[in-house]
Amino acid sequence: MSTVTIHHAPQFVRLDETHRARIPFVLDGVPAEALAGDTLLTAILMRQRHVRHSEFSGKPRAGFCLIGACQDCWVRGEDGKRMRACSTRVEAGMRVVTEDVR
Amino acid sequence: MNDTRAGVSHFDVVIAGGGLVGSSTALALAKSGMRVALIERRFCGAQASGVNYGGVRTQGRTAEQLPLAVRARRVYGRLPELIGIDGEMVVSGHLRLARREADLDVLDRWSAMAREHGVESHVMSGPAFRQRYPWLGPAAIGGSLCPSDGHANPRLVSPGFAHAARRAGADVREQTELSDITFDGTRFQMRAGRERISSDWLVNSAGAWANRIAGSFGESAPMKPIYPNMWVTEPLPLFIGHSLGVVGGGIYARQVERGNCVIGGGRGHGDGEYAQPSTATTRAVMRDACALLPALRDALLIRTWSGVEGETPDGNPIIGLSRTTPRLLHAFGFSGGGFLLAPGVGEVLAELVTQGETSTPIDAFSIGRFSSMPLSVTH
Amino acid sequence: MSGAHRVVIVGAGPAGIRAAETLVAASVRPVVIDENARWGGQIYRQPPAGAGFKRSAATLYGFEAKKAEAVHDAMAKLLPKIDYRPDTLAWACEQNRLDTLHAGRETSVPFTHLIIASGATDRIVPLPGWTLAGVFTLGGAQVALKAQGCAIGSRVVFAGTGPLLYLVAYQYAKAGARVAAVLDTSPLARQAAAAPRMLSQPSMFAKGVYYVGWLQAHGVRIERGVTLDRIDGDDAVRGIRWRTRRGEPRSLDCDAVGMGFGLRPETQLADLAGCRFRFDALNRCWLPERDAAGRSSARNVYLAGDGAGIAGADAAELAGRRAALALIEDIGIVTHRSAQPDATKLERELARIAVFRAGIEHAFAPPVNAAQHWPDDMTVCRCEDVTAGTMRACIRSGLATEVNRLKSLTRIGMGRCQGRMCGESAIALLAAETGKPLADVGRLRSQAPIKPIPITPMLYDDGVHVQPEEAHDE
Repeated sequence: MSTVTIHHAPQFVRLDETHRARIPFVLDGVPAEALAGDTLLTAILMRQRHVRHSEFSGKPRAGFCLIGACQDCWVRGEDGKRMRACSTRVEAGMRVVTEDVR
Repeated sequence: MNDTRAGVSHFDVVIAGGGLVGSSTALALAKSGMRVALIERRFCGAQASGVNYGGVRTQGRTAEQLPLAVRARRVYGRLPELIGIDGEMVVSGHLRLARREADLDVLDRWSAMAREHGVESHVMSGPAFRQRYPWLGPAAIGGSLCPSDGHANPRLVSPGFAHAARRAGADVREQTELSDITFDGTRFQMRAGRERISSDWLVNSAGAWANRIAGSFGESAPMKPIYPNMWVTEPLPLFIGHSLGVVGGGIYARQVERGNCVIGGGRGHGDGEYAQPSTATTRAVMRDACALLPALRDALLIRTWSGVEGETPDGNPIIGLSRTTPRLLHAFGFSGGGFLLAPGVGEVLAELVTQGETSTPIDAFSIGRFSSMPLSVTH
Repeated sequence: MSGAHRVVIVGAGPAGIRAAETLVAASVRPVVIDENARWGGQIYRQPPAGAGFKRSAATLYGFEAKKAEAVHDAMAKLLPKIDYRPDTLAWACEQNRLDTLHAGRETSVPFTHLIIASGATDRIVPLPGWTLAGVFTLGGAQVALKAQGCAIGSRVVFAGTGPLLYLVAYQYAKAGARVAAVLDTSPLARQAAAAPRMLSQPSMFAKGVYYVGWLQAHGVRIERGVTLDRIDGDDAVRGIRWRTRRGEPRSLDCDAVGMGFGLRPETQLADLAGCRFRFDALNRCWLPERDAAGRSSARNVYLAGDGAGIAGADAAELAGRRAALALIEDIGIVTHRSAQPDATKLERELARIAVFRAGIEHAFAPPVNAAQHWPDDMTVCRCEDVTAGTMRACIRSGLATEVNRLKSLTRIGMGRCQGRMCGESAIALLAAETGKPLADVGRLRSQAPIKPIPITPMLYDDGVHVQPEEAHDE
């Protein structure tokens, strides 16, 4: 089995619907691009393999249920606003943080 | 030893109600060698004892409560030794906030009074206060810090005392209802579930339901059920350095080590048996809380709850001997302030049973204070 | 139409939509509260609007395309006649009033009658490594594809059991994702034994057989009767390990796992609305009581769809209609019989589906006694990071024989998910350790908010609140 985990490889893979408009947003201070209609979770997981870290184990989390039940995908905007990534649509200019401050 | 007259188990003391008061009484008595039964109709420490705010607080209490409070605070300093766990007790200090100038006068007066009881506190305001507490919003203009106060986790502490009582030899029976309680002139006779038991002493620590037991002996206290409204946030970076309250009451807040902020104030709904939180109250308290603690604005609310507590007209508990029946001890009606006091009450009640007296003044809590007429003694 | 009634439906999946349709036909104008941005629920979930998604209904829903479109069109037609509130979370219910949150603002929604069509989530049976980044539920994997056009990874293993396992694997493979394996914990023999009951719904059964056949024909590795051992990875998934039904150890590299073991109903609102619950052996969980028509134990609350017991999308449509009919009758509205579906027919069809469901639950029962095999260091509560060992120690010391006490002492269920992902595990572990039946170790109580909500919306002074009773507690 492979032993290397690359942190900024995407988790998700786009199988279809790649023609949609590009939406610029900012992920942990770095400019990024999503597609119109992406949830924030999709937008983030197309860039990396986590959306937050568990405040207790410190381990990365990437959401789980994608339907707003598990509550494991809450992220913060740079303005402090809380957003449930799987049910929040990415908007142009959104500035989101996935590295928690503890 | 077990007196099996007519198959009735006999105890030195039966304690009715397994909240923190009953459980700490059971522990103190079991440790002094008494044969104790602690009878709880649901689960020990699950009612008001388990759902309260968790304040280990002497600050703000009335003069008559302070001696008992000081004694109880000493018990909290020995939790690992007494109950085997630390109950997540933190000596965080209690900061009682002033929101207007008149509040500062209240704080000054209390600080002076408390000093006479051996409780230290100091009042701050102005730029020094602001500088020391950047995480407090402008709604707070000053506060009194009582450094010896703190907070703990009632969900651990209250059942913890019951389990320690069991380990010390008390017969702790949960999901067991007490009924048909009478005094036969010498002993208390009753049913615990399906079993008939008897005792020399009866402790009425049945919380919001204590009047049912008092009523069996021709007594009652003017107590009404209240439903303190509580809520908690998701874990947040640590920023609240003390357990907080405000002059005049109405809001209290603490942050646990894991980061959740536990906040209470106002009333939920209930029917005397069960309680529900109120969204209107939560909303109103939230507004006050965010004025005091702006960082809360960015948090998620994850849970609300309430519980059933007994409140008396003067906010003081009922502690002491029955006026109608010998060796019946009442200890209830803590009006939302029982979490700190309860372990002290346990020691006091144990003293009353084993020595016939206690060094801690409790006259102000007599059940007789509500009535000017003497009661006839029942047999 | 009576102006004195205010009917509210929570949920806009197949159950909520058909309930609304039935009410509108009786000249009732319900409020329909939908947590999602677009109607359809989960099974018929639509991709976000106005973003240029192009896939056809056939691509999105496969064999269910016609049903999905019918449900979507029905709702579209209803819009002028209902008060539809998408992107709205009903987070509390007290005194016949829902507190709702939409776009950062609160609104109070009083009701005289409530239909709860709250749907379901995946049932989780944890295994070591299940909290790694890259592990998603089967439902989640399906939503990633359906609503976002994405696969959850570049090399996906699907694991667990239930018809959804094969459906999602099929959808993924068909859409061009790399499906490394489908690992079903249920043995084929059990599925075969349940076949007679599943034949009560021949087309459903046939579809199931079709998905398996298609996967096999396209070279997707399927193993049945497996024991899942571990998902490997440091910061994210890199592989999965299991044992075959003969006990032989196997492993595969992968970068995503979609796992699920059937579904569990979302019953929090029913709890807050005061419904009485009872343990259901077939669903293996506590359900709000309902009669054949969908009336709950609360006088003015009706239950329809997977939110009150798993029965699938077809049953949800039928149950939505049936509950609405019951409500109409209870309100005293007299309608022309021919204008409405036939209640008896609906109930008969629901009963037939129930037989099928019993077959499914038997064929795809979650692993028996899974809790006994959880290693002590395995996380059970992913929100609070509570391990099986912590829970066992608490139970074995006699401190907790009931789930609410276990929650108080170990923090399981105290996190953001409020027990959705770990509550059944807690009950399973309690049952395994105490030897008591699942039904006898208590039920986790729901409290408001039904899901975590941001505090900021509550701070707006919009006249929603009532001045609370004075309380001078410190």
